[in-house]
Parts: sequence; C-alpha cells; structure tokens
Amino acid sequence: MRILLMGSPNVGKSVIFTRLTGVNVITSNYPGTTVEYTKGTMRYRGEPVEVVDAPGTYSLDPTSRAEEVAVAMVENADLIINVVDATNLERSLNLTLDLIRTGKPLIIALNLWDEAKHKGIKIDVKQLEEILDVPCVPTCAVTGEGIKELVSRLDEARPSEFTYQDKWETIGQIVSQVQQVTHRHHTIWERLADASVRPFTGIPIALIVLYLSFRLIRLIGESLISFVFDPLFERLWAPLMLKLSALLGGSGLLHGILIGELIDGKIEFMESMGLLTTGLYVPFAAVLPYIFAFYLVLSLLEDSGYLPRLAVLMDTFMHRLGLHGLGIIPMLLGLGCNVPGSLSTRILETRRERFIAATIMAIAVPCMAQIAMIVGLVGKYGAKGLGTVFGTLFIIWVGLGALLNRILKGESPEIFVDIPPYRVPYMKAVAKKVWMRVKWFLKEAVPFVLLGVFIVNVLYTLGIIQLMGRLAAPIVTGLFGLPKETVGALLIGFLRKDVAVGMLVPLGLTLRQLIIASVILAIYFPCVATFTTLARELGLKDMLKSVAIMITLTIIVGTLLNLILPR
Amino acid sequence: MTVRIPLVNAYPGEPCRVVQIQGGYGLIRRLYALGIREGKVIRKLTTQFMRGPVVIDVGGAQVAIGFGMASKIIVEVNR
Repeated sequence: MRILLMGSPNVGKSVIFTRLTGVNVITSNYPGTTVEYTKGTMRYRGEPVEVVDAPGTYSLDPTSRAEEVAVAMVENADLIINVVDATNLERSLNLTLDLIRTGKPLIIALNLWDEAKHKGIKIDVKQLEEILDVPCVPTCAVTGEGIKELVSRLDEARPSEFTYQDKWETIGQIVSQVQQVTHRHHTIWERLADASVRPFTGIPIALIVLYLSFRLIRLIGESLISFVFDPLFERLWAPLMLKLSALLGGSGLLHGILIGELIDGKIEFMESMGLLTTGLYVPFAAVLPYIFAFYLVLSLLEDSGYLPRLAVLMDTFMHRLGLHGLGIIPMLLGLGCNVPGSLSTRILETRRERFIAATIMAIAVPCMAQIAMIVGLVGKYGAKGLGTVFGTLFIIWVGLGALLNRILKGESPEIFVDIPPYRVPYMKAVAKKVWMRVKWFLKEAVPFVLLGVFIVNVLYTLGIIQLMGRLAAPIVTGLFGLPKETVGALLIGFLRKDVAVGMLVPLGLTLRQLIIASVILAIYFPCVATFTTLARELGLKDMLKSVAIMITLTIIVGTLLNLILPR
Repeated sequence: MTVRIPLVNAYPGEPCRVVQIQGGYGLIRRLYALGIREGKVIRKLTTQFMRGPVVIDVGGAQVAIGFGMASKIIVEVNR
C-alpha cells in the first residue's frame, strides 16, 4: 500500500510528511528523470506502509518536470492525502478538484489552520466536507495539531462523488460558501515580509541576513572544531596513533599509508597524509563542522521563507549574468557542495540558463569542504588572505557570467515565483534535513577523501607526482609562480578539493603563493563527483565547452594573479 | 471612472481587476495556477529598480513575476 502526499509548494507538505513518517526517510530520483522525491514509512492498521512526498504542484496539468513527476505518481497511489493551504483555499482547490477527478481515495488536510485563523479566515470544515464528499481535517503541522485526527480518519478516505463543469466557477462558488474573511491588522511578520521585498528596505535586510548567516556558520564551525573535534583528535586519537606508529616500526610502506610522516616525532593531522591521520582528520575535524553549520543555516533560511525574497531582490542583478533571480539558489547550494548545486540548476527553465549557472558555479563557487580548508590555510592572514581569494572568485563569477550572457545566443526568461509568508521553521523538519545532508556527506565524501589520501601516497611512492611536477613546471612555476610540488595538489583536486588544499600545507608557501594556489584549485576543474553530475546534467557537448572555459580561465587568472600580487 | 492599464502602471496597493492576459497558453496557464485570472482583484505590491520583478498580492498570497509578464496583464482600476 502506498500513501501519496500531494499539495502546492509551500503548504507545509514536508512537515506533515515528517510528522507521519519515522526516521527511515530516503530521498531518490524518480525513475527516468532527475526529479528528487522523498519516501518514508508509517504504521497504518498495524502494518508499515509507504508514504511518498510528491513534488509540489498547483494542478494536474503540469508546467514543469517536477510537476510531471507529481502527476505520474498519482497512478501508483492507493490513497492520496491532499495538503491544502487553508490561508489560500481558492488556489489550493484547483489541485483538489483535479485530484477528485482521478477517482482515487482522497482525504484533505487543511494545513496552516492556525495561520488562517490569524489572518481572519474562517472555513466551515463540515460544509466543505459535504460539498467535496471526502474527509477534511484541519491541521497545523508545525505544532502537530490535527495530525492524530488525520491519521485516525485515513480509513474514511474515499473516491469523491463530487462532479463539476467549469472549474474556476466551481471553485469560486465553494469558496464563497465555506469561507468567511474578517479584516485583520497587519502583523509584524507581514510588515517585515513587505519590507524585505521593497528595494530600499529589502537590500539592507538582505545584506544583514547574509552577513549574519556567514558569521553564524563561521561561529558554529569554528567552535565545533576548537572545542570538540580538535581536542578529540589531539588528546585521544594522536596518542593512539603514536602507539600504532611505534608498533609499525616508525617507517615503511604500511606506516606511510596508515600514519604518514611524523613531523618532529609528532603527528600533524593536516600534514602527515596517512589514512588514519590526515584521512580522518580532514573530513571529520576540518570539514564536517562547517558542513553541519552551513546546512543548518541554509535549512533555516529555506524553511523560514526568505530565499524567494532574496531571489526577487537579486533578479535584476542576476539578469546581467544571463540568469533570473532564482539563479541564486544553485549558487547558495553550491557553497555547500557543488553536486546539489549542479542538480538544482534544474529549477531554471532554459538550457542556456542551466549552462551558465552550472559553469559559473562549478568554476567560481567553492564548496564548503574547500572553503573550510582555505579558511584553515590562509585564515590567519585575515582579509589580506581570505579577502583576496574570495574577492578574486567573486570577480570571476560576475565577469564570466556577464561574458557568457553576451556571447551565448538567447535571452534569460523572467522570474516566476511564489513568495510564502514568513514562518518560524519547524525544528524537527530542519533537524531531519540537516541530518540527511550530513549523512550524504559522510557516505559520499569520506570514502573519496580516504581514497584521495591513499592515492597521494601511492603516487608519491611511485614517483608519478614528481614526474608530473617536472612536466607541468613551465605552467605551474613559469606562469603561476608556484613550486612544482603543487602539481600533486592539482592532481588530487580532481578527486577531492579539500584534500588538495590540505596538500598545500607542508609545502611552506608564501601568502601570495597560497592565494594563487587556492584560487587555481577552486577554478581549474571540478572534483570528480561534480564532474559526473555536471556531465549528466549538461550533456557531454556542453560539459566539454564548460571544461574548455575552465582551463582557459585557469591559465589567464593564474598568470594575472602572479603578475598583480605584490611579492 | 474605470481605466484599463497594464498592471505595471498601477499604483502600489491599488485594487486592480484583471480583464485580460495578453499572453500565450503557457503564461495564461501558469498565472491561472496561481489564481491570477480574468475577473480576479489583485494588487501590485512593489516593483524593483530597472524593470525588475513585480510582487503581486492575490487573495492574500504573494507572487513575484517578471516585469514583462506583468506588462501583459491588463487590469481595470478606478481613477
């Protein structure tokens, strides 16, 4: 048996989903498409049944790929829970009437019931139930009100006998029969909501929100590192590893692979390059705290309803880069990891937009793993280090976007986005989302980090990195002013950028070399995970174009930085 | 007296009755899905600099659409 949750975007469908299902939630791609959906289980009549959270859709007449998937899912559903926005009954009934025509057993959750009350909207549930001929349950998913009743009435879900001719006329009649609106004064949230899309107040608000977000990410990330993970590694893990090192005889092939090199008889977690030292320290102590902090803040921004407002404010600027306002979403996600960043370019309508967004993201938006390592590497130089690295990347991002917008034929379509009211995020849903993203990082990234560290050791032992270093010396040393050992980092950067940045630590580079190497590592090529995702998303031809841009840009930017930066 | 103007020319907050959508099937369908259709009273809330997107209030819900699309929505206002 399969229960399907259907509803428009931003009606709290996912919160209801979180309430209904337990911890075993899986996100996967719908077969044959690139649209993601979430699946979980709940107990119903004493048995576990599957619950599917369909992508949000306004009607069964799809206008996008995600909506097509939602429509296709109806076929295989045994019972449909239609999540309706009680604050906007008229718009929601559009989908409800479509669902009635499918003849599937249906039950309606009138969600955001409390918000509707605050807005002065009264809905006669009994009458609505009689008209639509299916059970209707008022819910407030965030507080959990009504969820029990919804579950207990699942048995009453049935195909509706209701028929209609003209859809919009019918909707109008239903709304005027069951709904009463009394005028209420604007709440402080609504005032804030208005202020954050007006340009004069919205732009300062956006700057404050973004500044606070980055401060918060850094605060959480740094605190976790210095108070939790560093002490754990230094006090508990390091002594253990020293014992193991002694046990292995302090040198040799196995020692080199597991522990790496001891520096002054001690383990340096960023430099030793052993599987059990650097291989574990980089993903868990250096990167994971930032990944957690970033996704916590991003999820709060998403669930509060701020992102569409940011998209509206950024729209005019993003058009200069050939994108519309929603183009900011792949960039924000890309800051976490370029893989979900690439996947989210799907929210853009045309191939041209997706190409521009994917290319400038893959080149100029470093992922959180890389950012965390760069902060660790040049953070101590303050704005002179970090400012130059991220300033350069920002200039590349804007410059390349503007250039592609000039060169590529076609125009960018206009923005079209629903702006939900501000809501206090439901913490359990945020926690679930953060956990799913952190789990993804642990499952997908950690093995690659270990593989990266392992390959570094093998390549060094076989002398391949030294050989490549000599071959690439004209470019790396001649043009970029970097020692030829940097080539090793560039090689490994294809596997994992965080490990690659870590490989710069033992080279003893000067600040200008650190800046050049950090920028080059960010732009020269995406990591293998991003590369395969991009190739799938863009197709081989566009991917090759993108790669050509990357390599050309790397040579230009590396040389320029080498010329401009003071020695 | 009522006059017909494109939505972009309405005053912020002024009630506007939609009389015509001068767009193709795709645009009409997308606007319908968000409840913007002939006969409906909507309000333009804000516009951005340099012909940026227009934020519209439709029955208490807000939607942002591009300037070009908003120019294709013809509304009736009392002046």
